[in-house]
Amino acid sequence: MTPAQSPPLTAPELEEREALRRAWQHPSGIVGWFSFATHQAIGMRYIVTAFVFLLIGGIEAIMMRLQLAVHDNTLLGPHLYNEIFTTHGTTMMFLFAVPVMEGMGVYLVPMMIGTRNVAFPRLNAFGYWMYLFGGLLLYAGMFVGTLPDAGWFAYPPLSGPQYSATKGVDLWAQMITFTEISAMCVAVELIVTILRLRAPNMTLNRIPIFCWSMLVQSFMVIFAMPAVMIASTVMLLNDRTIATHFVNPAEGGDPLMYQHVFWFFGHPEVYIIFLPALGMLSSILETHTRRRIFGYPAIVLSLVGTGFVAFGLWVHHMFATGLPQIGEDYFTAASMMIAITTGTQIFCWIATIWTGRLQLTAAMHFIFGFLFIFVIGGLTGVMLASVPLDLQVHDTFFVVAHFHYVLIGGALFPLFGAFHYWFPKFTGRLIGERLGKISFWILFVGFNLTFFPMHLLGLKGMPRRIYTYSAEMGWEPANMLATIGACTIALGGIVFMVNVIRSRKRGRVAGPDPWDASTLEWATASPPENFNFVRLPVVSSRTPMWTPAQDRVTVVGLRNDRREGLVTTLVDAQPHRRFVFAGPSIWPFLAAIGVTIGLAGSIVQFSWYYVAAALGTIAFIGWFWPRRPFEVQP
Amino acid sequence: MKRAAWCLPLLLSACAGPQQSALDPGGSHAQGTANLWWFFSVLLGIIFLLVFGAWLVPLFRRNRGVDSQLLEQTHRPPAATEWTLAKRVGAASGVTVLILFGLLVASIVTGHAVSQPQSRANGMVVEVTGNQWWWYVRYLNDDASRIVVTANEIHIPVGRPVLIRETSNDVIHSFWVPGLQGKTDLIPSRVTTQWIEANQAGRFRGQCAEFCGLQHAHMALWVVAEPEDKFESWMNNQLKTAVPPSTPDQVQGQQIFLNHACVLCHTISGTTAAGQVAPDLSHLASRFTIAAGTLPNTKGNLAGWIGDPQAVKPGNHMATLPLRSEEVQPLVDYLESLQ
Repeated sequence: MTPAQSPPLTAPELEEREALRRAWQHPSGIVGWFSFATHQAIGMRYIVTAFVFLLIGGIEAIMMRLQLAVHDNTLLGPHLYNEIFTTHGTTMMFLFAVPVMEGMGVYLVPMMIGTRNVAFPRLNAFGYWMYLFGGLLLYAGMFVGTLPDAGWFAYPPLSGPQYSATKGVDLWAQMITFTEISAMCVAVELIVTILRLRAPNMTLNRIPIFCWSMLVQSFMVIFAMPAVMIASTVMLLNDRTIATHFVNPAEGGDPLMYQHVFWFFGHPEVYIIFLPALGMLSSILETHTRRRIFGYPAIVLSLVGTGFVAFGLWVHHMFATGLPQIGEDYFTAASMMIAITTGTQIFCWIATIWTGRLQLTAAMHFIFGFLFIFVIGGLTGVMLASVPLDLQVHDTFFVVAHFHYVLIGGALFPLFGAFHYWFPKFTGRLIGERLGKISFWILFVGFNLTFFPMHLLGLKGMPRRIYTYSAEMGWEPANMLATIGACTIALGGIVFMVNVIRSRKRGRVAGPDPWDASTLEWATASPPENFNFVRLPVVSSRTPMWTPAQDRVTVVGLRNDRREGLVTTLVDAQPHRRFVFAGPSIWPFLAAIGVTIGLAGSIVQFSWYYVAAALGTIAFIGWFWPRRPFEVQP
Repeated sequence: MKRAAWCLPLLLSACAGPQQSALDPGGSHAQGTANLWWFFSVLLGIIFLLVFGAWLVPLFRRNRGVDSQLLEQTHRPPAATEWTLAKRVGAASGVTVLILFGLLVASIVTGHAVSQPQSRANGMVVEVTGNQWWWYVRYLNDDASRIVVTANEIHIPVGRPVLIRETSNDVIHSFWVPGLQGKTDLIPSRVTTQWIEANQAGRFRGQCAEFCGLQHAHMALWVVAEPEDKFESWMNNQLKTAVPPSTPDQVQGQQIFLNHACVLCHTISGTTAAGQVAPDLSHLASRFTIAAGTLPNTKGNLAGWIGDPQAVKPGNHMATLPLRSEEVQPLVDYLESLQ
C-alpha cells in the first residue's frame, strides 16, 4: 500500500498544536497518573487490563482442560474445578470480553467521529476504576481462600445461602455490580459522544460502522445491564446477606424468576460482546479491499435489528425448564431471526471482497478465520434455537463448543484482527506481519482442535461442568484432543504476545496512516496526541480519508488554550455550540475507592452501604465542585 | 486399540460402553429428534460450504474484474456492479429467510411430536425427585399397595409410554436420558414432566445435566427397558418387603446396619430403618450400580463405598461411619442379599 502522505503542518497549525499540547497535558506525578481523563489513556487502560484478565482466564481454561484430559483425573478435584470454571466464565464475560470492547470503543470512537475526547471524561475514568476494582474484588477471594463456585450464571438455589455458604458467591454478585456500573458509564458517554460530538457534516449515514456498532451496543448495555444487577445484587445478594426471599424456594421465592431476569441480560450480553467485533470487521474490511464497504445501510440496519431482536430470545436458555410449548415456539422463531440480520452482514462482506482488491495482511487473516469459525457457530446456533434439538444438547459440551465458536470466532478473532490493524495507531509502530500470520495459524488450528471435538462430546452425552468422567463413557479421546488444542491456543497466544512486545520496541515506524484507510482516526498522529486533531475535521463523505487531501476542510475558531470541543446536531451534525471537556481530576478515582469500600464491605455487613453512601457523597461533591467555566486548564 | 481410539471422535459412530448418545435413539421421541438433527446438519452443512466457498473465491481470483486504478481513485466499483451486488445480496437474504422458515416449521412440528406420547393408553407415571446427588424414584399407582419406591434406576416396559413427573428437594437438577428423550429440569417448588417410551429392550444411561454442586459429575441413572413380563416380575419383586437375613453373617450385618447411623437416612422395608433422605435400600442388590451410577454394584465396590464414601464422591452427603474393619464384611453381605 502506498499511503498518501498528508501535507506537513503550516506555521499557524504548529502554533495551535503547541497551545493544544499545553491545554491537554496530562497532570504529572502519581496523583496525576490517577487523574488522567483523556479517552486514549483510559481506553488503553481498559484494553491492557482486559488482556491481563484474558491471560488469567486462559490459564484457568488450560487448568480445566488438563483436568478433563484423562478419565477419573484427580488433578483439581471437584471443588477447585467448580471454582475454576466459574471464575473462567466470569472473567471472560465480565472482565475481558465486555471491557475490551468498551476499551476499543473508548479509544477509537472519538477519533473516528472527529472529536477530542468522550463527552464525559471523568465518568469515563470512574468507569475504568470501577471495572478494575471489580476484577480485583473477585480475585481477592483467592487470597481469602474462597472463589465463587456456583457457575458464572449462579442459579439459585445452588447459589443461595443454603447451598453456597461461603462468601464466594457474594464476591461474584458484587463483582457484577462493579462491572455493570462500569459498562453503564461507558455506554452513556459513548451514546452522547456519538450522537452529539461528531465532526461537522458527519450525518447519521456517514457514521463509521464501528461507531454504529458501539452506539447499538451502548443502548443494549443500558437496557440489559440493569437486569443483571437486579438478578445478582437485588435478588441473589440480598437473599444471601439480608434474607430477602426473592429467589429462595425454601422461603417461597421463585428460582425461575432469577433465570428469566438473568438471561434477559445474558443473551443480549452475547451481542454486546459481538456487535463491536462486527463493527471492527467492517472497518478492517473496507481498508483491506480498497473499496467502500458494500451495503452500508443494510449493515447498519442489521446491527440495529440485532440490538432489538436480542432482547426477545432469552428463553432459549431455558427451554428445559418446562415452559409452555407455544411460548417456546415463539422464542425459536425469534432466535432464528438473528441468522437473518447476521447473514445479511456476511453477504455484504462477501460482496465487498468480491469487488475489491484484497490485501492479505495479518489482520485480514484473522478476518478469514473469523468467518470460518463464526459461520459454524452461527449454524449450530440455529440448531440450538430448535426446542427438540436444544433439549438434547443443552447443558452439554455441544453448547460449550457452540458459544466458543460464536464468542472466540465472532469476537476474539475480529478483536485480534483489530489489534493488528490498529496497533500502529496505538503505538506508532507497525506490528510484525510474519509473526502475526504465524500466530493466526497456530490460534486457528488450536481453536478448531479444541472446540470441534466438543460438538461430538455433547452429542455423545457429555454434560457441561462435570469435573470428571469414567473411562467407559468413551469420551477420553475427544477430551485429550481438546486439551492438546488448548495448549496449541496457548502457544499461539505466546507468539502473539512476543510479536506485540517486539513490534512495540522495534516495529517499523508507521506514520499517521500506514494502511491508507478511510476513517478519521487515521488523520491523527500515531500514537494520537491527547487532543487527537490539531484542527477538527469537517467531513464530506462516509470515507473522509479517501477524500483528496486538497478537498479536506477543517474547523477553525475553537479556542486552543483550553479543552474545547464542538457540539453538533443529532441528525445532520451541524455545528451547534462550543463546550469544554472536563479536565483531569483525582475525584473519580477517590469516588471509585469510596464506592468499592462500601460495596465490598456490604458483603460482610449490610451497614457498609452507609459507608459507601457517605464516601460516595463526599467524592461526588469534590468531583462536581463548581469551577469557573472559562478558566484556562492547567 | 488405544491408537485406533484417537480416530474415534472424528467419526460419528456409536461408541462402545454405556449408551448415552443422542444420536443412538432407543425410542420414538429421541428418534424424531435425531432425525431432525441430521436434517439440520446436512442442510446447514451445505450452507456453510456455500458461504465459506463464496468467501474464499476472491483469494483465487484476486483483482479480476476490478479496475484497480479506478478503484483507488473512487474507492467504489461502477454503479452497475453495485446494483448487481445489491440484487444478489437481497436474493441471498431472501433465501436465508425462506430456509429459516422451513427449519422453523420442521422444528416446531418435530418438537410437538416428540413431546407427546404416540398414545396415552396404557401409560404409567413415574415420579423422579432430584437430590444432591442421587435420584429418588417412585412409581405412582391408584392402588396404594402397588406404589414402588427405588433410586437411581428406572425400569420401564418396552412400548408403553411413561410420564416422568419431576421435582427437586434441594437445587435444580436436570433429568436427561439421551437415548430416550431430551432433558427437563428438576426444579424445587415446581413440577415438570416429560414422556419417554422405549421401542426396544436395553439399558439407557442418563446423567444430571444441570450443574448441581460438587458431585454433579457423579449423578447418573439408568433406565432399563424390558419386555412387559420381565418388567412385571421386576415390579412384583420391588413390591415385596425386603428379604430377611438368612445366614449368621447377614443377621450380624443387619444388626450392624440397624445399630449405626445408616437408619437415619436409609429405609429397608420390614426393619426399623426408615430414613427418608437417602436411597431406599430395600432392594439394593437388584440394582446394578451404587452411588447414583458411579460404581458397578459389586461387594468390593460396596465395601469401599461404605468404608469411605468421601473417597469415591468427595463432598457427597453420606456420612463416613465408624465401622470396625471386621464389621464391613457382614454388612456388605447383608446389603447384597437384598434382592
